[in-house]
Amino acid sequence: MTAAVDTGGGARSWSPQLPTDDDWRQWNLDPKWSRFVDVVSHTGGTHRWHVLDTGVPDGSDAATTPTVLCVHGNPTWGYAWATFLRQLHGRYRVIAVDQLGMGFSDRVERRRYTDRVRDLDDVIVALGLPGSSPLVVAAHDWGGAIALGWVVQDPRQVAGMILCNTGIAIPEGRKAPGIIRLAAWAPILDLVCRGTPIFVEGTSRLSRGRISKTDRAAFRAPYPTASSRAAIADFVDDVPLRSDHPSQAAIAEVAERLGSIKAPVLLAWGAKDPVFNDDFAADLAARLPNTTTHRFANSNHLVMAEADVAGIAGSWLDDLVVGRLAAAVTSDGPGDRAGVAALTFDSVWSAISSRRDDHGEAFVDLATGDALTFSELARRVEAVAGELVRQGLRPGDHVAMLTPPGVDLVSAVYGVWRAGGVTVIADRGLGLQALGRAVRSTRPAWVIGPKRSLGAATALRWAPRASQLDVADLVTADPGDTLPPEPSADDLAAVLFTSGATGPAKGVRYLHRQLAAQRDALATTYSITSEDRLVAAFAPFALYGPALGIPTALPACDVTKPAELTADILDDACVRIGATLAFASPSALANVVATAMGRRRFGLERLRMVLSAGAPVPSETLRAVAALAPAANLHTPYGMTEVLPVADIELTEITAAEADEPNGGVCVGPAVSGVEVRIVPLGFDPDELPEAVAAWPMGEILVRAPWVSDGYLGLWATERAARPGSGEWHRSGDVGHLDAQGRLWVEGRAVHVIHGVDGPITPVPVERAVERALGVRRSAAVGVGPVGSQQLVVVLEVPGASAGVAEAPMAERARTAIDRPLASVLVVPALPVDIRHNAKIDRAAVAVWADDVLAGRRVRSLT
Amino acid sequence: MKVLVTGASSLIGAGVVEALAARGDVVTCLQRSRSTRLGEGSAVTQHLGDIRDRDVVMAAADGCEAIVHVAAKVGVVGDWEEYRSINVDGTDNVIRAATGQNIGRVVHVSSPSVAHGGEPIVGGGADAPVLGRRRAWYPESKAMAEILALGAASEELGVVAVRPHLVWGPGDTQLVGRIVDRARAGRLALVGGGRALVDTTYIDNAVAALIAALDAVSPEARCSGRAYVVSNGEPRMIRELVEGICRAAGVPFEPREVSLRVGRRVGAAVERLWPMVRRDEEPPMTQFLAEQLGTAHWFDPRPARDDLGYRPIVSIDEGLRRLGVWFAEQAAR
Repeated sequence: MTAAVDTGGGARSWSPQLPTDDDWRQWNLDPKWSRFVDVVSHTGGTHRWHVLDTGVPDGSDAATTPTVLCVHGNPTWGYAWATFLRQLHGRYRVIAVDQLGMGFSDRVERRRYTDRVRDLDDVIVALGLPGSSPLVVAAHDWGGAIALGWVVQDPRQVAGMILCNTGIAIPEGRKAPGIIRLAAWAPILDLVCRGTPIFVEGTSRLSRGRISKTDRAAFRAPYPTASSRAAIADFVDDVPLRSDHPSQAAIAEVAERLGSIKAPVLLAWGAKDPVFNDDFAADLAARLPNTTTHRFANSNHLVMAEADVAGIAGSWLDDLVVGRLAAAVTSDGPGDRAGVAALTFDSVWSAISSRRDDHGEAFVDLATGDALTFSELARRVEAVAGELVRQGLRPGDHVAMLTPPGVDLVSAVYGVWRAGGVTVIADRGLGLQALGRAVRSTRPAWVIGPKRSLGAATALRWAPRASQLDVADLVTADPGDTLPPEPSADDLAAVLFTSGATGPAKGVRYLHRQLAAQRDALATTYSITSEDRLVAAFAPFALYGPALGIPTALPACDVTKPAELTADILDDACVRIGATLAFASPSALANVVATAMGRRRFGLERLRMVLSAGAPVPSETLRAVAALAPAANLHTPYGMTEVLPVADIELTEITAAEADEPNGGVCVGPAVSGVEVRIVPLGFDPDELPEAVAAWPMGEILVRAPWVSDGYLGLWATERAARPGSGEWHRSGDVGHLDAQGRLWVEGRAVHVIHGVDGPITPVPVERAVERALGVRRSAAVGVGPVGSQQLVVVLEVPGASAGVAEAPMAERARTAIDRPLASVLVVPALPVDIRHNAKIDRAAVAVWADDVLAGRRVRSLT
Repeated sequence: MKVLVTGASSLIGAGVVEALAARGDVVTCLQRSRSTRLGEGSAVTQHLGDIRDRDVVMAAADGCEAIVHVAAKVGVVGDWEEYRSINVDGTDNVIRAATGQNIGRVVHVSSPSVAHGGEPIVGGGADAPVLGRRRAWYPESKAMAEILALGAASEELGVVAVRPHLVWGPGDTQLVGRIVDRARAGRLALVGGGRALVDTTYIDNAVAALIAALDAVSPEARCSGRAYVVSNGEPRMIRELVEGICRAAGVPFEPREVSLRVGRRVGAAVERLWPMVRRDEEPPMTQFLAEQLGTAHWFDPRPARDDLGYRPIVSIDEGLRRLGVWFAEQAAR
């Protein structure tokens, strides 16, 4: 078949090898979707466009069901939207056009940007789209610039936009992408883009294995010959890399007008794109008034083919239809959104600023000998805040904190908060590589650290656009006369990272009022008064001392390394400050117990409370600590990066609870004052939050409290899933139950539940029963086989053992210990655990390994 | 109810006869030679004859309301013609007898091996039978038989195929007998370390599943025309099971370990050479056996539970205990 040759636009003769029905089916697309549209061109004449059009879904109302018009970039074609067509056609009409000269549309003479924008208008008119149904424009790569050019002409025409790895302007302070500059370099342009399929092939190969062979074949199908690829070279040549480029002015004008697009825009971004990287996403987010972002940390340029963009787009469209997406913020400025909360809001630094004239000790770092009085700390906080604003910090700027725990970190963090900046607190517990990725993903405008850390940050390119500030200069700066205005309760204060046990670490957003509420919750839960003195052997907790207005000491060891804390060091710190409270991680406490050597510790004996959290705390450890600190209550708060505290339990209560319910899981105690806990059935519909019912003995744990974090950074879909109902509940991802006394029991992670034929099995009760019966330190209960008929398998950690099958007597004892069928007991020398806590077992990896072992497949090492 | 049970002298067949008689059903047995175990009385009649003889089957089915078709030739050696005539023609005779005598309910005993393709089965269902194997006459003929039996299901005739997976128990010569013999001779081998998870069926459960199928099947029943894999629903590593059987029999468990790759190769070679040297004995290893022993084979128990109402009544551990008691009694005699 030969497509029509146009007369007006100077078409090149073009005899495409069209895909057969079998080809379409092979590509998992309905052959009926492929059709041609003869489009009258603004240049005169007619062009034949190829489109993939799913049509209006059966039974839907065309007047209210959005049509998603998809515009591809270079050098792809409508197939770039295959996932949208496949996944959304039942709910929405999806149309993916092949731009002129591309895909299976007519080949044409070179077209510049303004013509392409008008071409898009031509085809939209020919398809009869304007006014017929709400229009959502999805665009990728340079398709984005063209689509935006069309939308700004009359922004009211669109109900929303979905933009994937695209851009309208080279972001400030950045050169054009190297790959494009290379491809557009005149001597090789023709060879790379037209003469050979290097550019076509290279684009789909950027993503390595994530683009399937079938996809790659489909991407290359319309471009078998040099003549079929002419427009690809023309496209690259049309990228305005110089200011005197013929398309430069037109694109720049569109960029200036993006503020007029008030409709919601979803930025779905592959973060590993060497061309349209995060800088372009940030540039668009700054220009468009109503964007939400979902960033795929591991995806490349062809993000729609690599990640579940279509699924997320589906949820986003659903929300768009029901009006759940927030309207554009018409006026910005920090003060506007502050509501009633601001009237009663006690800022998180207020305990410091109110002690401006208190010359008592506020903070001691026994590792360095540094110490600050409250008065000095208050002045330093002001010095940092004042200097930051003088340096140009704007409210809402992200500030990466690379300062190690100590007096400088405390001064810097509160200073950034006071100045209206957003702290991005780097936690080395993520591992260096994940930490770098995490910090980079927040795009910090500033990095604060000691000189050597700044150098490392530069070398590792953690914050390539940031200005670097030496913390030593900041804390000694002149506070100046005027302080910047205080940020309001509803301003963003901090980004903290989850431990990333399952996938990349997620950035969690905290507002100032949420941090303040968290401080108040800690004060209430643990009855903290100004008489208390804190030893913080757990890095994050060192920051809470000043917020609570109590003198705080860091022990003489590296508090980021739990194994360095000994009984002597902890005791010295307690004596030095007259501590009433101590906070340490479970592994640090285990080390204290191991180094106690039976001696009396007078500092420890004065403690009224020891707190430990971050990972499950073995009650044996707590009992041994109780022997060292006989006057102390031993508390374990339960919570997560997104909300802390949720519940709290004291050692004697643990003993009582375990006696009541030996196989209940881990009892974390009653919800603390101000927290509501709700148990909902597994697999509940997040759009229809179930009412609190007692009939669900086990289910997912939902939490509501004033100190639940605001959401996730750049993860729209993750946040949507984590905040069901109207958004005020947080899905913990943990499963468990509430007992008759109102105590909360945690039975594992929802994703680790084993779905057997007789219903779900939670891992923790099985593990605890087996660990007790066999005297092993750690085990993992996992399921093998398909969901619904999974078999229970227990994998024991036996240091020094070789991986394989447990001895028969061991298996027998394990079976006796639990009251349900156990298919198999396996042994490994070490279970895979997270870096931060060295405690959270990656049960998903264990399950895959066990499945291979028990299927008789070849087995790789587990850790 | 009057029920015809074919192959009644086999372990499963005898179990079914006894279970039916115990609950008050009247049973006609059809097998080649008289069984002392089954006895003779008002509830049980022994009808002797060859399943390949259509008239014999027709006569045995006279006056029955249901048929449980157990009779089959099992093994890995022998002539194709023998497997085909017993397993395929025999099944054809049973179906014709059912139609001819207006019997509305047939339970056809099949085998999971009819759908076996050599890949691991992890929580699988009763897949469609596959045809076209070379040298594996048992599964090939049983696949043909199952297709034939289920194809006969109609508005007048309810047919259900039940595939018990690896049946074992006291008196079993196929699995238990061979494991014990090999262990005694010091020739016990475990393919792939014996770590593959495998479903098995304690004999009483296999009988319970067939009785459940008999009660469930009718021309209108959901199960008619379908196949069901039944087992204990407690997959275990083959190693654990073999060790348990050895312990029950009081024989040493000292297996050699053979990798799956080697097992397959040896099995393939044995399959080719064995008929030339020792035609009538069962070979120590075949490719099929290597795959059965070296890869996972376990199934989703829900279809049989939902459609047949079958739930296992004896656990693996209880079954092993009973096996131990039985071996002790044998030794005492």
